[in-house]
Amino acid sequence: MSTVVIGSARDVVEECAVPRFAFTDLPLGNPCGKPYDRAMQLMVVETALDLLECAFTGQTTVRVPVEWGDDAWRDSYMAVSSAVNGPLGHEQTDRLDV
Amino acid sequence: MPEEPFAGGSNKPMDGVDPALRSHISYIDRSREYYRAKGFVTPYRWIKHRSSPFTPLRRPLSEATVGVVTTSFPPEAVEGRSKAVMASPSSPTPDVMYTSDLFWHKKATHTDDVESFLPLKTLRTLRAQGRIGALSDRYYSIPTRHSHRQTKGFAAEIVALCREDGLDAVLLVPL
Repeated sequence: MSTVVIGSARDVVEECAVPRFAFTDLPLGNPCGKPYDRAMQLMVVETALDLLECAFTGQTTVRVPVEWGDDAWRDSYMAVSSAVNGPLGHEQTDRLDV
Repeated sequence: MPEEPFAGGSNKPMDGVDPALRSHISYIDRSREYYRAKGFVTPYRWIKHRSSPFTPLRRPLSEATVGVVTTSFPPEAVEGRSKAVMASPSSPTPDVMYTSDLFWHKKATHTDDVESFLPLKTLRTLRAQGRIGALSDRYYSIPTRHSHRQTKGFAAEIVALCREDGLDAVLLVPL
């Protein structure tokens, strides 16, 4: 069976080494595209299918050309300041299970 | 000749991104620093491989049966979800999936649109267009665990289910 990963945690997937990887540089949670953005979601899945057909060697990554719209989410995820100072919130009690 | 950006791409500068850091988040670095700040001294050991096995597609995609593996679970299965791999019908497409125990960016987004992480409708559209041969009758949920050993066991079960369903190709979509 041929496989392709669609995901947004680039380092985690690439360090693991997978045959084919369609990388979407979006906040974790919506690897197939922004919620309700059907055009983006179609492009992401089409790119993953293209990879199934066209990749000729393992560890092939394609960065799907999608954008969240702003970059504020990049700094707010697991910010160390929230670990030290923040009130006990949902994130702080989460398991690490990427 | 200048290279054309890939369809849909752009060459806009990334305003607000620190040029001293890589632009995409390193979740390995971020989580290690975060948990260190919280007092956990032993960092998580991520799975690392130098290479991966590569299986070419065995028939044209337009004739291939395609399935999806997700880290989310049907809400009605939450009771048992923490322990076992699960196969669920692809049709009717689920309107909601259980994701709240998973590791995603809860401040920046939401998972109310199932299609944003479990693309069954999108695949059905592509099936109607003849891009793929068939969508598997089932999709597959895999539990997420710290334990590499447990995860390998789950993976073997997923492979068995995919073989049972005659899949040629699988989209693996972790949240």
